[in-house]
Amino acid sequence: MRWGVIVFPGSCDDHDVYYGLKHVLGQEVEFLWHKEILSGDWNCLVLPGGFSYGDYLRPGAMARCSPIMQGVIGFAQKGGLVLGICNGFQILCEAGLLPGTLMRNASLRFTCRHVSLSLEENDTPFTCLGKKGELLSLPIKHGDGCYYADGPTLDRMRNNRQIVLRYVSSGGQAVPEANPNGSVDHIAGVCNEAKNVFGLMPHPEHAVEAILGSEDGLKIFSSVVATCNRTEN
Amino acid sequence: MASLSEQDPSPNMPLPDRVAAHGLNEEEYQKILDTLGREPNDTELGIFSVMWSEHCSYKSSRAFLKQLPTCGRAVLQGPGENAGVMDLGDGLVVVFKMESHNHPSFIEPYQGAATGVGGILRDIFTMGARPIALLNSLRFGSIDDPRTPYLIRGVVGGIGGYGNCIGVPTVGGEVYFDESYNANILVNAFSLGVAQRKGIFKGRAKGIGNPLMYVGSKTGRDGIHGATMASAEFSEEAEKKRPTVQVGDPFTEKLLLEACLEVMKTDCLVGIQDMGAAGLTSSATEMAARGGRGVDLDLSSIPMRERGMSPYEIMLSESQERMLLVVKKGREEEVKRIFSRWDLDAVVIGKVTRDSNLRARFGGLEVASIPIASLTSEAPVYNRPAERPKNQDEIQSLDLSKIEEPKDGGVTLKRLLKSPNLASKEWVYRQYDHLVRANTVVAPGSDAAVLRVKGSKKGLALTVDGNSRYCYLDPYIGGVIAVAEAARNLACVGARPLGLSDCLNFGNPERPEVMWQFFQAIQGLRDGCMALKVPVVSGNVSFYNETNGVAIYPTPTIAMVGVLPKLERHMTPWFKTDGDLVVLLGRSREELGGSEYLKVFHGLVQGTPPWIDLKAERAVQRCCLKAIDKGILRSAHDISEGGLAVALVECCVSGPQMATGVKIELHEMMRMDALLFGESQSRIVVSVEEKHLKFLQELAAKEGVPVNVIGVVGGSRFIIHPMIGLAVEEVKTIWATALENRLNQV
Repeated sequence: MRWGVIVFPGSCDDHDVYYGLKHVLGQEVEFLWHKEILSGDWNCLVLPGGFSYGDYLRPGAMARCSPIMQGVIGFAQKGGLVLGICNGFQILCEAGLLPGTLMRNASLRFTCRHVSLSLEENDTPFTCLGKKGELLSLPIKHGDGCYYADGPTLDRMRNNRQIVLRYVSSGGQAVPEANPNGSVDHIAGVCNEAKNVFGLMPHPEHAVEAILGSEDGLKIFSSVVATCNRTEN
Repeated sequence: MASLSEQDPSPNMPLPDRVAAHGLNEEEYQKILDTLGREPNDTELGIFSVMWSEHCSYKSSRAFLKQLPTCGRAVLQGPGENAGVMDLGDGLVVVFKMESHNHPSFIEPYQGAATGVGGILRDIFTMGARPIALLNSLRFGSIDDPRTPYLIRGVVGGIGGYGNCIGVPTVGGEVYFDESYNANILVNAFSLGVAQRKGIFKGRAKGIGNPLMYVGSKTGRDGIHGATMASAEFSEEAEKKRPTVQVGDPFTEKLLLEACLEVMKTDCLVGIQDMGAAGLTSSATEMAARGGRGVDLDLSSIPMRERGMSPYEIMLSESQERMLLVVKKGREEEVKRIFSRWDLDAVVIGKVTRDSNLRARFGGLEVASIPIASLTSEAPVYNRPAERPKNQDEIQSLDLSKIEEPKDGGVTLKRLLKSPNLASKEWVYRQYDHLVRANTVVAPGSDAAVLRVKGSKKGLALTVDGNSRYCYLDPYIGGVIAVAEAARNLACVGARPLGLSDCLNFGNPERPEVMWQFFQAIQGLRDGCMALKVPVVSGNVSFYNETNGVAIYPTPTIAMVGVLPKLERHMTPWFKTDGDLVVLLGRSREELGGSEYLKVFHGLVQGTPPWIDLKAERAVQRCCLKAIDKGILRSAHDISEGGLAVALVECCVSGPQMATGVKIELHEMMRMDALLFGESQSRIVVSVEEKHLKFLQELAAKEGVPVNVIGVVGGSRFIIHPMIGLAVEEVKTIWATALENRLNQV
């Protein structure tokens, strides 16, 4: 299968996704420059973390206007898999591919640390190898990760089972101390109705090697690989 | 003294005032007249002013810095370039440097600290290396000073804001609080990059007729006279100098970083240098000096952010995120194409010339013509007088018999752990991205950060250190200890020192007492470096850290880089397994001079710093390293501020998992406070499985290191029999939350 990692001006974790996919998972992966028109055959597109356009206007607000985004939207509408991590999640929300928005952390400070997450849905292409209620340890590092969507939207998302990851304590409880940024309903990751677009604030690409502290991020990338292998066969 | 506005000096100002306002004395002005054979115009006066400023010329320190050892097998580039370069093997090199941004950070903490980070990053990637780590050493005033919370929030915010956005991880650092820095904080930023050995670039202007290209942000009126401002004492008027602080734009620097690394992969470049302090003036001058050539600049072609800028302003602007390139003739279009892909300006602004002059034209008129050497190698050098402060004997005297011993060890420990100097710094480093680039093996909060190097089996260890109270009490010993402790921190993670970079932060060098401190500290650094075989490959000197005539403590900070032969054999400081034995390597002495305990409990910064014997230091480090190499240690932690008791607390509570208890018994015959909180050097506390104890004891005996089993890991209590018995969770809570609580109180 083929992965494409989109490079916006100010993307920072593009190299880390690339490294994890290529050298840890042995995948075929290429960088895609944001000024180009999307072409070629891709199984999954990754919008990486970072500070596209410096986050100077509003995270993701400028990057969604990059030329390549037209192609990304078309790709998603046709059922292609799109994964947005951190800044990539913010871009997907700004582009209207995912519901809701990401606001400044409740603490008003950038926060970098490992968090515990509960895997809420495993019938998505990004989590199919996980068990419902399984706990993952992934790092977060963001200043604008406070997820918000209005009541009716949240209801719809719950009914469609679009809330994929939630911040919980190490014991698996959704207690207030476990919410690192004030996200509504502890939401850390969501997918679209068709479940082929997934955005999350935690960084699975920073949890793919034991020597760097956690391998739990492999679950997400491996799920995508498993999904694609199934379709290709 | 008359003061310059940030713009042009008033032409109406009488000449003597104009000279003084530029920070030049009469003698220096006479030297300018002799050099030029005429009066300088305003632009030229401004150029001399910044190039001869302490910040750019090192006029007070140059003579002394020669004493530091700068050579070694692995040194590929010592001091004198944008950063030092050392060989890592496998065809790879590391490029690193530390630099101060003290004055700007006190005036405008967020932007001052942010541009400090931006500046040090440019120093690294201008050499052809991709920066993979940032560290910083921060000193604030007393936490009770009303300005401190504002300053720390600003500085930490600025460091995070810049480093996080540009995508370079901040993997370590140190934070101290002391009244000495109430009116002059210190912000020292360090960065390290990795490059191919063959891919190193230098700041040289060579090849007559080769074009000079300006790349990056446009030039504005910010930061004019930043270098001169950084070379003068503060007064209450410091606030007025805010316009001399530059404004950072990490997004543009990220583009600049990627574009420069891309250009470096072509063979278009002859030389490259960032425009840092003193902007275009210093980058053009220094490149010409290193290449032994001259430069001819057309200032009208410089991309400008605002209209109506004068040549004076263009030459002295310290607008950030700009670089100067010397390109092979005929390759300009190639360079432009790469920069335009990243939406950046790249403009030819001049050329390399045969003569050795700095020449600038503006609108067809020549606005400056100065011999390069007069601005660099022939700039003034001072052998300033040094004199031991008259009160030095007094501050070194300490009669322990008059110091009351605390009655309750547990209460004393709890109070000490609340000191912001000893409490966890998590509130600070949690605001920094320490993960990006996927190399961080040991994160902030350990003795040293450990990084992997992609393409090599080796690991890198990084630490910054310095204890300014020791330096105040005895700058020589303080200098020795700074080097020794940095190397010890590296040994605790399993790394051998490769080289170091230093930031020497001192008061006004025109005062003999300050020069004495500087001279003594340099000697200490030198002796430490020689004994531990660590070369100094880069660094900077920051003088004039004083306000209204009161200097900061002399503060040399050391950033040391170490190598782990096998990355997977790295060590961490926290206890891991119940039943492991706790072993103390090294000897405790009855000494309390300069300790955090003495300051917190008795309000004293007095006595002599802890005793240090560099032979014993070498031995304990070797013993620790060998034990780690053999794979017999479970943990290793350096004993420093707060002494043995605080080090043991850190072993119990600083790990990523649940806190663990410990039961210690101490039998040494000495004062309880010295035993628990004394800061004797050359000590490391380790934990081992019982079956490895004998091996460790033999290893220590062979190295001549005192070795004592002092306790066992496990349980839910923190016990140092018979003085302390506390619930470990209580200890952890105090230690983990003290800094944040103090900052929230204000």
